[in-house]
Amino acid sequence: MKKVFSRPKSLKPTPFHYCPGCGHSIIHRLIGEVIDEMNLQEKIIGVPPAGCAVLAYNYFDIDMGEASHGRAAALATGLKRALPDRVVFTYQGDGDIAAIGTAESIHAAARGENITTIFVNNGVYGMTGGQMAPTTILGQNTTTSPRGRKESRDGFPINLSEMIAIAPGSAYIERTAVNNPANILKTKKAIAKAFRLQLQGFGFTLVEILSACPTNWKMAPIDACKWIDEVMSVHFPLGVLKDISGEKRDAH
Amino acid sequence: MRGNHVAAEAAVRAGCRYYFGYPITPQNEIPEYMSARLSEIEGGVFIQAESEIASIHMVIGASMAGGRVMTSSSGPGISLKQEGISFLCALELPAVIINMTRGGPGLGNIAPAQSDYFQATRGGGHGDYRTLVFGPNSCQELANLTYEGFNLADKYRIPVVILGDGMLGQMMEPVELPPEIPLKKLPPKDWTLTGAKGRPSRFLRSLILDPIKEEEHNWKLMRKYEKIVREEVRWETAYADDAKMMVIAFGIAARIAKGAIKRLREEGIKVGLLRPITLWPFPSKAIRDLAKKVKHFFVFEMNMGQMVEDVKLALEGNGEVHFYGRPGGVILTPLEIARVISSQYYQKRLG
Repeated sequence: MKKVFSRPKSLKPTPFHYCPGCGHSIIHRLIGEVIDEMNLQEKIIGVPPAGCAVLAYNYFDIDMGEASHGRAAALATGLKRALPDRVVFTYQGDGDIAAIGTAESIHAAARGENITTIFVNNGVYGMTGGQMAPTTILGQNTTTSPRGRKESRDGFPINLSEMIAIAPGSAYIERTAVNNPANILKTKKAIAKAFRLQLQGFGFTLVEILSACPTNWKMAPIDACKWIDEVMSVHFPLGVLKDISGEKRDAH
Repeated sequence: MRGNHVAAEAAVRAGCRYYFGYPITPQNEIPEYMSARLSEIEGGVFIQAESEIASIHMVIGASMAGGRVMTSSSGPGISLKQEGISFLCALELPAVIINMTRGGPGLGNIAPAQSDYFQATRGGGHGDYRTLVFGPNSCQELANLTYEGFNLADKYRIPVVILGDGMLGQMMEPVELPPEIPLKKLPPKDWTLTGAKGRPSRFLRSLILDPIKEEEHNWKLMRKYEKIVREEVRWETAYADDAKMMVIAFGIAARIAKGAIKRLREEGIKVGLLRPITLWPFPSKAIRDLAKKVKHFFVFEMNMGQMVEDVKLALEGNGEVHFYGRPGGVILTPLEIARVISSQYYQKRLG
């Protein structure tokens, strides 16, 4: 019988620890497929963050160096400047990149660091048990925004990708989601494009991925996917926010 | 050469090709020198980071990639770097960190002080760890210890802290610089992240969720620290042979104290000096051995009394310790400290 579907070789045969319905497993797989297809396994270095994806090095069969909370972009800067011909990417959650690591992320983009950031936005601090994140939308319930996020008490959410898109050093910023097959394919194309532009030396690239956290959203996985379409993506619109490559939109 | 320039040039000669930092007085000449020097060298990288926190994590990245890497700062900036220093220790990454200490706490001032002794020798950040800490007292020693610091950092996979102060950074002295090491001559590292080409993939991480494994990691670090304690302690003594009282001081304070002791010796006052060169590991055994013939110890520091605790721990009660300190960036003259020492000497009826 012909094998038509298997684990990417840049993923280890370790079962994911992620909750049912979590987007991390899908995103890990997409990155693994892109690494295989672009033949990057021997020249890529990943930087996992503090957060649910902190154990990413147990799953990826590539070199990985763990960063402390929020500092992935700075650590990746040091790696990439020392090894400019390798592909370096960070894998960060919303709290990591848009709260504690805001300065590191914005300045890496401003310097035009030739690295790629995979920014997984699920609107909560997942690993610590579902506290309010910088990307928690107004009205959203979390363990530290009981009865919904209120601007008077909690302030407004941050659209970090839009902020990074206005930095002259950023090259390609796209927001995607992994809540349905079409969006999953678009996400894979966006990751591949970001790595490709890094190889071509364009500068800072970032793919923000809206990803479900059914456990902390307290929703069934299918409802969580719908919520991304109906609520979350209204506040965080999907699409290309910046692209200086000159490539056609669909030329993935 | 100015102390800050000496440290920077010695680092480059030791093979340092990566420098990440942030401006703060009194160490600005280090990033300034590195920005010019590293841009002249192929593969040299200088980044003025957005913060001390970012710069220490850039250090982590370059160290993971296998490079010889340095950062420098002063008091408040070193406080910000503590997060990264804890990670460097947990990840067992080599790096050299220079602290040209200023008066504190808080913003304090920009005058020379030794108030960061606790922070440097006790780890400073979270978790059980140690860093190798040098306390140079001249531009020549600053050059030598910075240079050697890179070798020791690589040998033990540990961050090395050079604990200077504003005076050491700013003063100018003639220096014989060590020779430039060709990068090819540096020993290879078999743990770096370079892309898994022709070998299994690697990861470097400090998260160890299983308490038994985390405990084992701590023991592994501890065994390394014990080896450093056995093999790397450095100190020097002066006028010790017939001394009835020993002054213990480090860095610039030791140099001032030495001037005072010369003066006192001319008056027939039998005082000697012990100067710890490594502040961690501390020369405890040397002090304990001294206590077999000397019972009076005079600790002088440019702080409120920090190293004096290590002296007392070393003596384990086998000696009387008197402390004199001037915090806040005040620099004593040898004459002033000589007066305090001689007053103590006569009070104890040693002469």
